[in-house]
Amino acid sequence: MEFKRVVITGLGTVNPLGNSVQEYWEGLKNGVSGAARITRMNVDLHKTQFACELKDFDPTLYVEKKEVRKNDPYALYAYAAAQQAIEDSGLDLEVLDKDRAGVIWGAGIGGLQTFYEDVKAYNIERPKFNPYFIPKMIANIAGGLLSIRYGFRGPNFTTVSACASASHAMIDAFNYIRMGKADLFITGGSEAAINEAGLAGFNSMRAISTRNDDPATASRPFDKDRDGFVMGEGSGALIFEEYEHAKARGAKIYAEFVGGGMSADAYHMTAPDPEGKGAALVMKWALEDAGIKPEDIDYINVHGTSTPLGDIAEPKAIQACFGDHAYKLSISSTKSMTGHLLGAAGAIEAIASILAMQHGIIPPTINHFTDDPEIDPKLDFTFNEAKEREVNYALSNTFGFGGHNASVILKKY
Amino acid sequence: MSDIASKVKAIIVDKLGVDESEVTTEASFTNDLGADSLDTVELIMEFEKEFDLAIPDDQAEKISTVGEAIAHIEANKK
Repeated sequence: MEFKRVVITGLGTVNPLGNSVQEYWEGLKNGVSGAARITRMNVDLHKTQFACELKDFDPTLYVEKKEVRKNDPYALYAYAAAQQAIEDSGLDLEVLDKDRAGVIWGAGIGGLQTFYEDVKAYNIERPKFNPYFIPKMIANIAGGLLSIRYGFRGPNFTTVSACASASHAMIDAFNYIRMGKADLFITGGSEAAINEAGLAGFNSMRAISTRNDDPATASRPFDKDRDGFVMGEGSGALIFEEYEHAKARGAKIYAEFVGGGMSADAYHMTAPDPEGKGAALVMKWALEDAGIKPEDIDYINVHGTSTPLGDIAEPKAIQACFGDHAYKLSISSTKSMTGHLLGAAGAIEAIASILAMQHGIIPPTINHFTDDPEIDPKLDFTFNEAKEREVNYALSNTFGFGGHNASVILKKY
Repeated sequence: MSDIASKVKAIIVDKLGVDESEVTTEASFTNDLGADSLDTVELIMEFEKEFDLAIPDDQAEKISTVGEAIAHIEANKK
């Protein structure tokens, strides 16, 4: 079977750096931190009191006012990013064959806030739950809602692999299009876990930074004094389209999606394999899938969450996979700015990689103060300042709790 | 308007996002006020909570208009 080509023809995002692709890129290239003390709830007694929240997000730009309360924030973020991406794509929804258009969406957790609030409101004397409890909370509802909004009757499901969710979604969308099973997908992911349950839950795992006195520098991937990731939230949406379909309608093409790799660490519930074996393997599979050599890659948008263990394993994996070429790569963790969007991370980081290719600028890994003696200093992590560089191929890594790994490769168009 | 009627109407305005003027005694939740089956269940639950009463399913199914809700609550409140 001859595979079809898959291109990206629309982008949308709401994330801690901005509520549009344009604002996101301004933040990325200028090295802006999205972290600050949490404003939506009282966090005085929490161990961690900051996160990368959305700023001035207005859901009524995307859904009718009376629909807002019927949706968990993670679904509202999905509506927002998807609407931007559809508008950006210039698709004429009147002429599109909607039987061949689908939605494959990623969510690591889903409606955590709904779950938390409705369980908390449960009264043992009156054993009833709100009828919206289940449909708002389930991790697949965002994809279902998008199909309803746009009338897309093609393949529709949600990938759930913690922080690799959106990358798995994109790889599935890529595969269905290249196999000829669909013409187009809304893909990407969304997450909204900055609430009491998410914050205290990750705190108990000792997964997130507690640098309460200086939130803006807390996400410091690969720095010696990193102390955990910083929670982020939001959504990224991408329109994946079969190449000839896109060409026939004269679509603007951002990039080509050329390959995806998937693997498992098979090691521990939450800790990464310290040697990065699963991570090296997933990059190898991605390169093989794309049919390119390690030397072809110019930029890696790393998982790099600012956790003590993960940030040592991933560079080892890069060196195992890329050999000497590792030193010629530009590497950066945009999580230093956005925080960690969990199930949506793969989507906004694929968008960051596309924007890097489009502008010829590598966004930085901000907040680097002290080298970690356990990380090879000859690797170029693009510390603190963006750098000009032509990027023809970019690879984006995502690794999730459970040991799920997914890497995607994008090619400049 | 009775105290019960005004509270019922306020709940409907809040949950269904409709204008107060639309919430007439004759208005049907589904036909006139845009409620779907989940909204209707939610309204009944809100009435139960607000007025501290239990509305069994077989009775809840017979409440389809604003007036029927008010009448049921007035007849059953503690």
